[in-house]
Amino acid sequence: MTTTVRFDVNGKTQRITTDLKRTLLEVLREDLGLTGAKFGCGEGQCRACTVLLEGKAVAACQTTLDEVAGRKVETIEGLAPADGLHPVQAAFVAEGAMQCGYCVPGMIMATVGLLRRNPRPTREQMVAGLNGNLCRCCGYVNVLKAVQRAAQTFPEAK
Amino acid sequence: MKRFISPPDLETPELEFPEPERYELREGPFYHFELSRREFVATLGAGLVLSVAVPSGLAQRAGRGGGGGERSVPLAQRMHIGADGLITVFTSKVEVGQGARTQLTQAVGEELEVPVQRITLVMADTAGPDDGGTAGSRTTPATVPALRKAGAAARQLLLETAAATFEVDAKSLSVREGQVEGLPSGKQFSYADLASGKHADALKRELAPGVSVKEVARWRLLGTPVPRVDAAAIVTGAHRYPSDVTRPGMLYARMLRAPSYGAQLQDIDLAPARAVASAVVVRDGDFVGFAAPTSMAAEQARAAAAATAKWTTATTTAPSSDELSAHLRAQTSERSRPDKRGTPEEAFKTAAKVLRETYHIAYIQHAPMEPRAAVAEWVGEQLTVWTGSQQPGRVRQDLAQSLRIPAERVRVIVPDTGGGFGGKHSGEAAVEAARLAREANKPVSIRWTREEEFTWAYFRPGGVIDVGGGLDDKGALIAWEHVNFNSGTSALGTPYAIPNVSTEFKSCNQPLRSGSYRALASTANAFARESFMDELAAAAGADPLEFRLRHLQNDRLRAVLVAAAERFEWRARWKPGTSPRSTGFGLACGTEKGSYVACCAQVEVNESAGTFRVVKVVEAFECGAIQNPANLKAQVEGCIIQGLGGALTEEMRFRDGKMLNASFSRYRVPRFRDVPEIETLLVNRPDLPSTGAGETPIIGIAPAIANALFHAQQTRLRSLPIRSEKFRVV
Repeated sequence: MTTTVRFDVNGKTQRITTDLKRTLLEVLREDLGLTGAKFGCGEGQCRACTVLLEGKAVAACQTTLDEVAGRKVETIEGLAPADGLHPVQAAFVAEGAMQCGYCVPGMIMATVGLLRRNPRPTREQMVAGLNGNLCRCCGYVNVLKAVQRAAQTFPEAK
Repeated sequence: MKRFISPPDLETPELEFPEPERYELREGPFYHFELSRREFVATLGAGLVLSVAVPSGLAQRAGRGGGGGERSVPLAQRMHIGADGLITVFTSKVEVGQGARTQLTQAVGEELEVPVQRITLVMADTAGPDDGGTAGSRTTPATVPALRKAGAAARQLLLETAAATFEVDAKSLSVREGQVEGLPSGKQFSYADLASGKHADALKRELAPGVSVKEVARWRLLGTPVPRVDAAAIVTGAHRYPSDVTRPGMLYARMLRAPSYGAQLQDIDLAPARAVASAVVVRDGDFVGFAAPTSMAAEQARAAAAATAKWTTATTTAPSSDELSAHLRAQTSERSRPDKRGTPEEAFKTAAKVLRETYHIAYIQHAPMEPRAAVAEWVGEQLTVWTGSQQPGRVRQDLAQSLRIPAERVRVIVPDTGGGFGGKHSGEAAVEAARLAREANKPVSIRWTREEEFTWAYFRPGGVIDVGGGLDDKGALIAWEHVNFNSGTSALGTPYAIPNVSTEFKSCNQPLRSGSYRALASTANAFARESFMDELAAAAGADPLEFRLRHLQNDRLRAVLVAAAERFEWRARWKPGTSPRSTGFGLACGTEKGSYVACCAQVEVNESAGTFRVVKVVEAFECGAIQNPANLKAQVEGCIIQGLGGALTEEMRFRDGKMLNASFSRYRVPRFRDVPEIETLLVNRPDLPSTGAGETPIIGIAPAIANALFHAQQTRLRSLPIRSEKFRVV
């Protein structure tokens, strides 16, 4: 059933008329052209589709459009300032935390969500916070280094 | 032999829908709209397509196909130098996460003497040159040299043109940062000048013979940890993978799949699917596909049709995963013969001690993060498909064959793809998108679900491996036998110096569609061999390290084994096991595709809980001259951790032609929590040619773990994944 819904994506109000049972991931990718959040499994097990909903990391493939009505969504495309990279993005670049890179937007959004909640996580808290995010290239060593680096430079922690 | 689900074909897995009649071509005018080379490079704007004759000394040697890279490619198809000095290089190799884009850019930049920021690599476009597919760790040994030679030829052209222009000796000139150095005072000459068009006459000459690539000692870019050239695009989400490609008016597609392998569609009512707004429905034999403006609408159409579908299940009885070993033994081709060295039968008879054991290998999935995906677009009779594949040339052939059109009308482009691991050599999604796009008369995007990927993609083959060994009365290994049923031939031979050896691969009528995997069968064969070497060491009362070294004459393999063992402090830590204890140490080594690996592992067993963990891994790896140490380290670490999955948890389970664990919640792959402490030792050999590194580092981890478990518990576990009634991994 088609309904009109408004929600905020990266600071911009979106007004969309569609079936509200569609997933946020599908609407971001197919209606809004925001392909940074990736499909990996469709069951919330790989978290390649991680975005922030009201500042909290969620699996966009497990979130329907009616759940985001009137709420604030942040995606990887909205993270970087106009003149460079967000500190978490910069940390991933600095640590070479990417192989195929398909999981990276989800990893970065999960890291941002974690650091907003807990700006100075222990290593165990980082592992627990990111354990839902899969990397099949298995580049976990460099991703963890990037998260550690990001935790040292995360703006909200200053 | 009877066919169960798919024919066994390790090297060239067949297309899922190989019969072209299932993609019935509609009649129409038979035009050819060929994309000429000129049109292809015209998109790059003004500049110079290097079209000089390349002297024979630069011709790449012809060699085996398949993995590719050995095909000769004229310089004219290889490189474009823009009037702005920006350089575009073409190769058919794909980037699937192994770092080829950065490494190949480094290689060209090294020879051109141009920074990587000024080089763009156009990869995997069938309108460009054909270096073969991306497989077999061939990019480093074959494509890097090809691109370096092209770069060296262009550098030589620059120097000779500058020398002629300013009437100086070319030998007195050099290139730095794209600029010629050593010119008369106040004079400048760069690649941009070369491309300006003023030097057309100069370019008609043949290059002087003897152009050679730079020696390793003179490398400035190669050998350094150049970061990923596309890192910024990846971290900002701007990078477009095959499933991210969008075209105007594009539809999203889903396919109807059989409920089990071998099931045949008897009847289906497509009216409910057609009732879904704007849905395009195509039935062509067993091919039933749905395209719609949104994925949800396509799925609604699929579900509506699926609810009406009537299937007949396969008449033959396919084995379950639990029955795999017995099935493979019973369904073995009689054609194979053992490959023998010495007189193994006699040696086994005279041996003081003979051991024989059997190892079991499960089917596993590559499970790349990005499932199969393709976008197909028809413009007139010209088809363009963007898809994730390691074999763009093969996908092009698949499309041409399936759709009954000449390959010249098909262009396949592989955007950098979300993982492959040997699992994306086929073109199923490309054919599906193309068939639907033709019907819809609009571009169509298809992206497989995870369940489809776990069910309808091909698998690393399961297998059974029988190994035997004979020791003389001094504990020396004098006889060896290794028979592999079904899982493949890579690393079938032993690297140890054993006088009497018999090896054999037996192909079987296997239950699942199988194909390539990271390091192919060497994950299985090295697991059996290195586990069994440990069993023989125990039988000989020897330290597993000393036992191996005693039988190892290969200097490169010895070097990595000693390096890993020393860093692990093997000699200080390993003591013979007599009673069960919580900590165990194990090691393994091997060579494959011209590179060398040794791995040491420490496991901790919690006896009361019946669980164990891998807590520490030390791996030494050598692949000749290191071209990018950062990428190499990432590849080795990635192999170790990916290898943990195949070693401990990954197994496709199936029964009655159905997958029982076709999801990430039921098929467990390594996660952050599973990562042990890892130390990698990259052994650099600048005196040796560089070989591939994306595969071989995966082969040591599984046997090292099995050997560590044996050391801790004196329990030998002979299956992949490693499991027992008593212990499970946590």
